[in-house]
Amino acid sequence: MLADWTYIGIFILVALFVPAIAITFAAILSPRVPGTLKQSAYECGMESVGKSWIQYKSQYYIFALVFLVFDVEIVFLYPFAIAYNQLTLFAVLEVILFLLILVAGLVYIWRKGELEWA
Amino acid sequence: MQTFLSDPVTAITIWLQTLLFSWGIPAVWVQLIMIIIGSLIVCAGAMFFVLFLIWYERKVIGRVQDRFGPNRLGPFGIFQTIADMLKIFTKEHITPLGADKIPYNLAPVLIMGAVLMMWAVIPLSKTTVGADLDVGILYLVAIGGLGELGVIMAGWGSNNKYSMLAAFRALAVLISYEVPMVLTMLIPVMLSGSMSLNGIIAAQNVWYIAAAPLAAAIFFISQIAEVGRAPFDVTEAESELVAGYNTEYSGLKFGMFYVADFLHAFTAALVFAVLFLGGWRGPGAEQIPIVGFFYLFLKTMLVHFVGVLIRASVPRFRVDQMMALNWKFFTPVSVMLVILISLVDKAAALSQEIWRSLLIFAVNGVVFLVSFRLLDIFTTRKERPSVVTRQLPVAVGAPQRRNPESGVSS
Repeated sequence: MLADWTYIGIFILVALFVPAIAITFAAILSPRVPGTLKQSAYECGMESVGKSWIQYKSQYYIFALVFLVFDVEIVFLYPFAIAYNQLTLFAVLEVILFLLILVAGLVYIWRKGELEWA
Repeated sequence: MQTFLSDPVTAITIWLQTLLFSWGIPAVWVQLIMIIIGSLIVCAGAMFFVLFLIWYERKVIGRVQDRFGPNRLGPFGIFQTIADMLKIFTKEHITPLGADKIPYNLAPVLIMGAVLMMWAVIPLSKTTVGADLDVGILYLVAIGGLGELGVIMAGWGSNNKYSMLAAFRALAVLISYEVPMVLTMLIPVMLSGSMSLNGIIAAQNVWYIAAAPLAAAIFFISQIAEVGRAPFDVTEAESELVAGYNTEYSGLKFGMFYVADFLHAFTAALVFAVLFLGGWRGPGAEQIPIVGFFYLFLKTMLVHFVGVLIRASVPRFRVDQMMALNWKFFTPVSVMLVILISLVDKAAALSQEIWRSLLIFAVNGVVFLVSFRLLDIFTTRKERPSVVTRQLPVAVGAPQRRNPESGVSS
């Protein structure tokens, strides 16, 4: 068990290390001729106006909230899924009740019209 | 010799292990060295395999569009991507002025790393698996989230409005499609009673695509969206957002995004093949592990090929259509699928696997028919005014006087 997690830990380090090495190697090989015009932000040839770190639409925020609710609840469902073959019908009904609360949230936000991308 | 031919990976591992032991290296260090060598081979191998994938995909899309595709360098142009790789190594790395350096430079590494990390838990044959975690599915979901972090870092760090907008859109789409993806992943876990990928493969006496085709379809489509390919490629919609969140990248930093995209498509097909197509299982794969490797490769290439065909033939969705498709169709349908499968399967309590699979198949069919009927009822196609019968504006000979009443200048 511990050996598996050691493998995962080292694998994660190596997976980040390999592209980093490749990029470093390429950075050494590549020419370096900086220029103001070359380094300006690409906007189809226009001069950039204002900051690019803009305020974004609140719609994204609402979708992120809905996602968070769903994802957390789904993670709760995984223990149920593993134990599913041993569960009784009553326990399954309880989990379905839990899922229906999730559906109620979806119906609420749908009726409220927040799912429309305006 | 017999073991080497039937299972080369294990044979080489044992040979290397005994070699290191014979040099008098302590056991802990031997294990550490083995892990490092193994993960280096997997990472580097996956990245070089992308060279083939890019050639393959360009070739297929070329044939779909009635072109030859790459055909100059080597037989069937197979060395084209190698030449491209050599060229991109010598391209200048341009950092835009005012870029946020840390996220800007970290993003390509993180995106590539997130895709590579998925390979740690995928069983390639009966004996060849990096780490058979008992929470393998959860690991895949978590690593999927890491790629999204890379996307927002690339968009934020670039100091470019197009990148920023594309990153926000990409993030909204990626997190939305994770919901049906994770929900449909629940069904293989439920049926097999295991979250380890090898456990799921071992339980698939009947492939789960045969038992739960609707779940497999939803999973497949959400994976295309997760990878961000056509028809779900609003993130890099050339016609509206230049090139997406990687607009400002150049040289191998851009190359990393490109490679990660292709490798992610293949990895997604690999995960699909493991979860729904029985992984390495097939006749003879239990006895000779190397055969299982070829089965897995064939299944993965089949799924990948379907993905490439979809990419080549379906036009792009708008971002609002994608969000509506996800939240108003895929998510409710997959929730209903989970509810009905668990309820019906438990209520019927069939002991024989074949009958159980048939029952789940029937549930899938019912959900499919009902959901598409509901879709027909509730979605109405908007009538567009016919172009043929409309009075077309005609150019007039003499220049018209400006009409002050209507307020419209001609």
